[in-house]
Amino acid sequence: MSSIGVDEWSSRVREEQSSASRPHALRRHASRIGWWPRLGVFGVVMLLLPHIGLSVYQEQVGINALLLALTAVGLNIAVGWAGLFDLGYVAFYGFGAYVFALLASNQLGQHGIHLDAFLAIPIAVVVTALIGVVLGQTTRRVSGDYLAILTLFFAEAFNEVTNNVDSNRLGGPNGISGVDPIHAFGSSITTPLGYYYLLAVVLVLVMAGLHLLDKGRIGHAWQSVREDALVARLMTIPINRVKLIAYALGAGVAALAGSIFAASQGGVYPISFTQPTLVLIYAALVVGGTGTLSGAAAGALALTVVTELLRQPNYAGDVFYGAILLGLVLTIRPRIRLAAMLGTLMVAGFAARAIVEAADPEWAAGPLQSGGVVRTLLGHWLIVPSSPTIPGNWAVVVLVALGMAATTTRGVVRDICIVGAVYAAAFAWEARLAAEPSITRQMLIGALLVSVMIVRPQGFFGFRRTAVV
Amino acid sequence: MQLFVQLCVDGLTLGCMYALIALGYSMVYGVLRMLNLAHGDLYMIGAFIGYFILQWSGGPTALALPVPLVLVCMFAVAAIGSAGIGVVIERFAYRPLRKAPSVAALVSSLGVFFLLESAAILFFGAQSRSYNTESFLSFHTGIHLGPLNISLVRILTVVIATATMIGLTVLVRRTSLGRNMRAVSADREAAEMLGISVNQTVRNTFIIGSALAGVAGVMSGLVFGQAVSSLGLVAGLKGFTAAVIGGIGNLPGAMLGGLVIGLAESFTTGYISSTYSNLMVFGLLIVVMLLRPSGLLGKAIAEKV
Repeated sequence: MSSIGVDEWSSRVREEQSSASRPHALRRHASRIGWWPRLGVFGVVMLLLPHIGLSVYQEQVGINALLLALTAVGLNIAVGWAGLFDLGYVAFYGFGAYVFALLASNQLGQHGIHLDAFLAIPIAVVVTALIGVVLGQTTRRVSGDYLAILTLFFAEAFNEVTNNVDSNRLGGPNGISGVDPIHAFGSSITTPLGYYYLLAVVLVLVMAGLHLLDKGRIGHAWQSVREDALVARLMTIPINRVKLIAYALGAGVAALAGSIFAASQGGVYPISFTQPTLVLIYAALVVGGTGTLSGAAAGALALTVVTELLRQPNYAGDVFYGAILLGLVLTIRPRIRLAAMLGTLMVAGFAARAIVEAADPEWAAGPLQSGGVVRTLLGHWLIVPSSPTIPGNWAVVVLVALGMAATTTRGVVRDICIVGAVYAAAFAWEARLAAEPSITRQMLIGALLVSVMIVRPQGFFGFRRTAVV
Repeated sequence: MQLFVQLCVDGLTLGCMYALIALGYSMVYGVLRMLNLAHGDLYMIGAFIGYFILQWSGGPTALALPVPLVLVCMFAVAAIGSAGIGVVIERFAYRPLRKAPSVAALVSSLGVFFLLESAAILFFGAQSRSYNTESFLSFHTGIHLGPLNISLVRILTVVIATATMIGLTVLVRRTSLGRNMRAVSADREAAEMLGISVNQTVRNTFIIGSALAGVAGVMSGLVFGQAVSSLGLVAGLKGFTAAVIGGIGNLPGAMLGGLVIGLAESFTTGYISSTYSNLMVFGLLIVVMLLRPSGLLGKAIAEKV
């Protein structure tokens, strides 16, 4: 609501300025360094990282992280800069991968086409960019929510086509296997480490190029189209063309990532280009900060590493409980209150276990999923029933309910809700979630999207977008 | 000819189901101008609730209660359950974002959609659960016109969908709740100044829309005989497509859009291949978007850009 007697626009801007917190001193200093030294440092760190001695599995995680970063950076063009809510982005990623796979395997023709990566990747990128233009042209009359649903349907249609149409060439649900590795200058990249280096270099180059674009004319055009398309048009910006460029560029980056993805795993499968991938890319962008390149990349790297750790039975428990503790320490003030809550939690846990054990030992006889230190710490504190599935499911429901209750209540009631939620989280984790890592990962990503939007819409690494006055 | 008529019947049944989803979409969109991507998941949850009610009343082969009572229970509990979840979603995922840019609400609804779908896999498993409708509601009861066979389940679907649409139209046009909804839809701030509780109106809209999704879920369970956790996405897409084709925010339009999609899908399945039915709906959506962006029955809104 604007205050009376003040122009609505000015009052809104004033409100935003007063609510935006001042940037941290560290961040102020960091912003004095130019963009290319920062990007250079990032690139050097990424290139030096394998020298600390990574296993092949860790290199694979690195490849996934860089691929996610590349796709998130590409998604940022349409969503973050041009303000086009494109839910069909994952289809571009898949399209690039499929075009590359067709051009570098035995699928087409008698003996297959085996193009050099030098030819195949540009073809994949250009073809996908053209598809992007076609989709953009088709949807030029719709915006906002309509665009979202049309593009989402486009992704679904892509999924249907790859699964069902022409399974001789596209391979149906089994996809295309036997895709050539990237082959150029007479040598091929065959190791994960090679792809890691390739992706790191490509990511840095793409980010540099996009940064220059964003700071140039087209970047300003995107920004004006995003903030107010009507005004942009009155300022003689050809909004249709500007939007199409955003689509084409985003699709091109996605296709580049898709080609490298196809080459690195030696095949393409329709399952890689469905909703979970789309949501993951969105989560990376949103967590990092929509509209910033560094945010998109940082979000992707952080998200991959954390979710990958949650999948590891050895670290998952540590990461899970560590995250809960960290969350409590960061949000609960004053500290004495935190200590009181943790104390209550411990006493209540031991008491509950003692009572339940006395009543019916079967109910506390189940094994903990976590091992190591966590197991010894929680062994006499947490109840895990011997048939944990259904109680675990209910614990998830209780966790969600208490978590939501904690956001609406205050004072002691809120503290009790949080204590209950932490206990429910531990119970749900040990009873059910740790045994289902991939579903847990998906649920966490979904919850993350919602909570980031509510708590910190600008993302964790991004800056609050200031209005242009 | 016989195939044609049978396909018409199938298409109408399917269309009525889409229409119920579309009605919910349309109402929520009409009031909030917000796309609730999680709407399809409420439909999926409705299908599961119906399945569990069926199990608890003895299982499809040995029902402990009379069939009509079980059916009423399934519909009622699914409607209540879905409505409850819808209200919770609205309160915790959308209300805090009501003043944020629309992209924020969309991302949030994408998160809710993903969360609900994975939660359904966690709770109910990824495999499909069979309703086994045939064993308590034989497909042979119903109307027989020569070779044409319209089973009771299908008649039920059409009747419920039509009754719902009429009821909703009356609700929106005649009752005070409907007046509040129209007011909030037209101008939220002005409605608030005139003493209409926006939060309450939005909550009621979510209750009605989500309950419809739940009912549609049970129906799909009865007609197709299964509930599966991946049901939500495609159903949601088609429901929204139906709403858009009919003209979003327009209740008879949602019904018409649902029927158009249902028939298109049924004919594609019958004459071409079931592989292409979803692609056909997508093509239809694009054509309508290009030729008549405001939908078949929608009022043309002056586009600024």
